[in-house]
Amino acid sequence: MTIMIDTGNYIAAKAAVMAKPDVVAAYPITPQTTLVEGIANYQESGEFKGEYICVESEHSVMSACIGASATGVRTFTGTSSHGLLLMHEMLHWAALARLPIVMCNINRVIGPGWNIWADENDSISQRDTGWIQFYCSSNQEIFDTIIQSFKLAENKKILLPVMINYNAFILSHTSMPVEIPTQQEVDNFLPKRKPHWELDIDNPITFGNIIGPTHYEKVRRAMQDAHECAKELIPKIAKEWKERFGRYHGDLIESYRCNDAEYIVLAMGAIGAESKVAIDELREENINVGLARIRTFRPFPKEEIIKLGKQADLIVIDRNISAGSGGVLFNEVKSSLYNEMDTDTKVSGFIAGLGGKDVTYKDIELMCQKVIEGKAKTHEWYGFNREEV
Amino acid sequence: MALKDYPTEEYILQGSAACPGCPATIGLRIALKALGKNTIMVIPACCTSVIESLYPHTSFDIPVMNIAFEAAAAGASGVEAALRRQGKEDINVVAWAGDGGTYDIGIQALSGAFERQTNFIYICYNNQIYSNTGIQRSGATPYSAWTTTTVGGKTEFRKEMGDIIRAHHPPYAAQTCISYPDDLYNKIKKAKNIKGPKYIEILAPCPPGWRFDMNKTIEMGRLAVETGAWALYECENDKMTFNGKSKLILEKKIDRKPIEEWIKWQGRFKHLFKPKKDVDKINAIEKHIDKMWERYRACYK
Repeated sequence: MTIMIDTGNYIAAKAAVMAKPDVVAAYPITPQTTLVEGIANYQESGEFKGEYICVESEHSVMSACIGASATGVRTFTGTSSHGLLLMHEMLHWAALARLPIVMCNINRVIGPGWNIWADENDSISQRDTGWIQFYCSSNQEIFDTIIQSFKLAENKKILLPVMINYNAFILSHTSMPVEIPTQQEVDNFLPKRKPHWELDIDNPITFGNIIGPTHYEKVRRAMQDAHECAKELIPKIAKEWKERFGRYHGDLIESYRCNDAEYIVLAMGAIGAESKVAIDELREENINVGLARIRTFRPFPKEEIIKLGKQADLIVIDRNISAGSGGVLFNEVKSSLYNEMDTDTKVSGFIAGLGGKDVTYKDIELMCQKVIEGKAKTHEWYGFNREEV
Repeated sequence: MALKDYPTEEYILQGSAACPGCPATIGLRIALKALGKNTIMVIPACCTSVIESLYPHTSFDIPVMNIAFEAAAAGASGVEAALRRQGKEDINVVAWAGDGGTYDIGIQALSGAFERQTNFIYICYNNQIYSNTGIQRSGATPYSAWTTTTVGGKTEFRKEMGDIIRAHHPPYAAQTCISYPDDLYNKIKKAKNIKGPKYIEILAPCPPGWRFDMNKTIEMGRLAVETGAWALYECENDKMTFNGKSKLILEKKIDRKPIEEWIKWQGRFKHLFKPKKDVDKINAIEKHIDKMWERYRACYK
């Protein structure tokens, strides 16, 4: 093991290369660029031995990844914001084709106007594509999750693409020390991909031709079943990782000081990490509050949330907005609880941090205090000032 | 090579879901004979998506990956990279797309793959319309042709895809037509043995799309070449050569037939003849074709 101090993107590049992908296809977009530059550097140094295709758009990125993955090899890419949106059609395609592509998405604002800072609307609007979605809160978690994701994606009970999300700049461009295992340790944990199906001239099959409703329904059902399987496999992989490397970031959620909590904050990504500081501060004031950081948005940790709802009132922070409805995590948490509760659990939601607006631990403390004092509306925009110029 | 000497193996099986008289199926049958077993085909949304027939059946005896409309060349890039990584560079990677997927929605991915020198063959079977969706205009639809979205006849001339491809300076680019199986077969055979991006465009006269009888598919292709509306050529490393009747037309050894000889058989041009002959529009088509041949002659020198 060595310690590498570097930004989220360079750490992601290191992890991707250590997972030994055969094909990487990429197109640059801020703030993902240093990730693909990192891989290019590893190719130049000889550490990355796969094929690197610099294509002409993100739509082609995902199309090339689909072609490569269907040819039986391990495939990786990274993108952000508008790049992810341009891929949208092919995200559906990759998931329906059940191809274990692994991709980093650096959560960034969608335009107009142009803004390159953190905001999760890009990946949240891909929630129905069938991809497994992780949200990371540290560079170490980015590294560990990338390696783990290949193992998860390529498992024959899963065979789904995985998107590893982390916030623009807050993680992508911030250096942190990260423990890097040896290549041998990674190889032992993650053997070469064994495809259950591939484009093969000795076994010619036609993949993806016209399909009737009966078979199509089966395809969709199988995807749903695979997500259910992922709920079981993600904790198993996290456990194996902990045993091998001594590190653990949680399963579908990461619980922090939840045991005796009367209030539990639910948040994702960088706000999830920042929340830990807020929890510690509030605990100093003898307020029994905990954090459930959502690691996987898909599959959605419904069972875990029901458990939390039986224990405490929930405070949900969304760095996204589904206009015309509200915070997406807030709505999904509430829908998970509906018909499952025999208590009068309150769920309060905050929209915070859109457009890269800072959300500090002090802000999170204020949100919690507002809820605890009974002053919060069911769902509100934190710190929003219509008059501010 | 005589037809009887082609490989006897069939890679397009009986029971395809093509229309009677379908030119794409003729093209596929000959192309796959030339390509052989060691071939992976990437097919975007087009008539061939239907010709493959309904899951769990298929009319293809080679591996086929279907992909989204605009994604054929990019998908093929991924397949090609994966094969290269596995040391399987002897496998032909072929994108097989219609004119809509090539001239219009797929042109960006196509241009990108050619610029990157992707080692594959891109084959466009050009029936001059979006036929799978029910005969709408494409960038390949000729001037004055009726389609369901150009009800009074198309008001623009078609895009010169060959010029666009040749601007990428690929090692091989060719135009052929299903009516000349030898020409088609030999061009694919040649492309197969060249490294880098290869482009072959096959004119594919479509009976329901062009509104002619299904027993006239071959004849419609021949007349397109004989009237000069379509040219048979190949371009190797920027050097153009013309083939068959197109060579004779280019070298002015024969006159091309009047365009009327081709369009009068096609219902999509019937408004040029009824209720009365639209001489201006017919002359405009003739002039456009003459200009195209002047450009060809300039390239040829």
